[in-house]
Amino acid sequence: MEAIRLDEATARRGSRTVWSGVDLSVGQGEFVAVLGPNGAGKSTLIHVLLGLLPLSAGTATVLTERPGSVNAQIGYLPQRRSFEAGTRIRGVDLVRLGLDGTRWGFPLPAALSPATRAATRRVAEAVELVGAGAYASRPIGALSGGEQQRLLIAQALVRRPRILLLDEPLDSLDLSNQSAVAALVQRICKREGVTVLLVAHDVNPILPYLDRVVYFGGGSGIAGTPREVITGPTLSDLYGVPVEVLETTDGRLVVVGTPEPPAHHHPLHDHGH
Amino acid sequence: MGIELAGLSWNPLSDLGQLTEFPFMVQALEAGTIVATLAGAIGWFMVLRRQTFAGHPLSVIAFPGAAGATLAGLPLALGYFGACGLGALVLSVAGSGRGGHSGESAVTGTVQAVGLGLGFLFVTLYSGQLSELESLLFGTFLGITASQVQTLLWVAIAALAALAAIGRPLLFASVDDAVAGAAGVPTGALSLAFLLLLGMAVAATAEITGALLVFALLVTPAATAQQITARPAPGLMLSVGLALVVTWVGLGIAYFSPYPVGFWVTSISFGLYVAVRLLRAGLSRRNPEAPGAPA
Repeated sequence: MEAIRLDEATARRGSRTVWSGVDLSVGQGEFVAVLGPNGAGKSTLIHVLLGLLPLSAGTATVLTERPGSVNAQIGYLPQRRSFEAGTRIRGVDLVRLGLDGTRWGFPLPAALSPATRAATRRVAEAVELVGAGAYASRPIGALSGGEQQRLLIAQALVRRPRILLLDEPLDSLDLSNQSAVAALVQRICKREGVTVLLVAHDVNPILPYLDRVVYFGGGSGIAGTPREVITGPTLSDLYGVPVEVLETTDGRLVVVGTPEPPAHHHPLHDHGH
Repeated sequence: MGIELAGLSWNPLSDLGQLTEFPFMVQALEAGTIVATLAGAIGWFMVLRRQTFAGHPLSVIAFPGAAGATLAGLPLALGYFGACGLGALVLSVAGSGRGGHSGESAVTGTVQAVGLGLGFLFVTLYSGQLSELESLLFGTFLGITASQVQTLLWVAIAALAALAAIGRPLLFASVDDAVAGAAGVPTGALSLAFLLLLGMAVAATAEITGALLVFALLVTPAATAQQITARPAPGLMLSVGLALVVTWVGLGIAYFSPYPVGFWVTSISFGLYVAVRLLRAGLSRRNPEAPGAPA
């Protein structure tokens, strides 16, 4: 079954066309990277899939439904830096909010309510799944960026979503945490059968795990397997200028010749919307 | 000030008897209890949301509201609640614009300045009595009437019921606005609702502590509670408990001492806050592996 499908899709922000003519088909359980330079419309794709931004032309379906109508089955992790150091709420509370934080009223104590006990168990499962058991009961503001990111992934997973939309989850992490979190996401993707769309600046930490990439640039986007898309001819076509893709001896890909190569890390990049 | 009547006998029972001997003091204790419960609960969310800067202009607006009501011969409570409710609406509209926090802070400063000026004008027009000005700004427990207590009780019940109804999504939106919004929480409406509740809490608290000292009950107990625990439910209850203790002890000491209640309430809550921070600093030095570990 198709988890996500775009046909001839065009997205506009105000009067600016972010991308147009994008076709995309993602199957259930696939791990997809969304790549491209800043401002090319990577986060815009996420917003379209959540139903926050309607397409101005073309069609989009999520789990064969209209975007926005199936958000309960989507786990979403927005782009962010991190929680402020003084944020006094525990990691488990944050994960719990992902489970029932949208419900009105307040939860009963576990001693009185089987539902609360079930919720506590589910939160513990999600925390275990991301390997955050050791620090989940500490205040989120006191944790490192990698620890916070794992707990946020647990929060996005706790409702057993069928699709995970992760907007630059690796952005604020150091290299070793980048590959650890990437491996974690891939494990979840395969073991739980969740479709993952991960927006990334740098394809290399996730390259070994990817089923498919969507590459935005030059006002359009192109989808395919990494080896099909991240090549000189394909990217040159997309941008309309000569682009080269170099492969290092350890298998890393470096894109050369775009206005902003995706392999370049931008610690202070503009969040582009 | 009734101080002449009171002398501490150091016999707890007879001192407690003295405390409740006069109706004004019983009403002050009742009002204090209601206000502390409300301020402790709503203050906990305010501190978590980092909206202390939204609470401050509301407290300043409470002053011209009360002074204006006094001048017009209207009930004091009407002035407090009317001004704070209106102020919350203005702040909410100002804050929702594209300016974000910087736009909000400019509006906040502007509104605050004109609020203080108006309040001073009203007090001057009323009679220029300094005691009136002082009690509006720094609180009193002498003038609380039985009908005021009743108004406070109904407002507190309504506000706490509303807070209970929106509690969980409000917590979600307070901690993580973007994720909560994407999950379907109406974050804009909740933000407005919370500002209105905050306005009610400020107005109620100002009747005891005066307009300028509301933070003693709204911020300090909540901040102390969040230093002690990062768990939501125990933290919320602890915040209410601390606000109650601060109010009761403050009123009790003020009754027997020549110094005003506002001073005692602020000093006791400040003392508790400092003590907890020092204790935490000491704990984390002894156990540097887990900074802020006691959750």
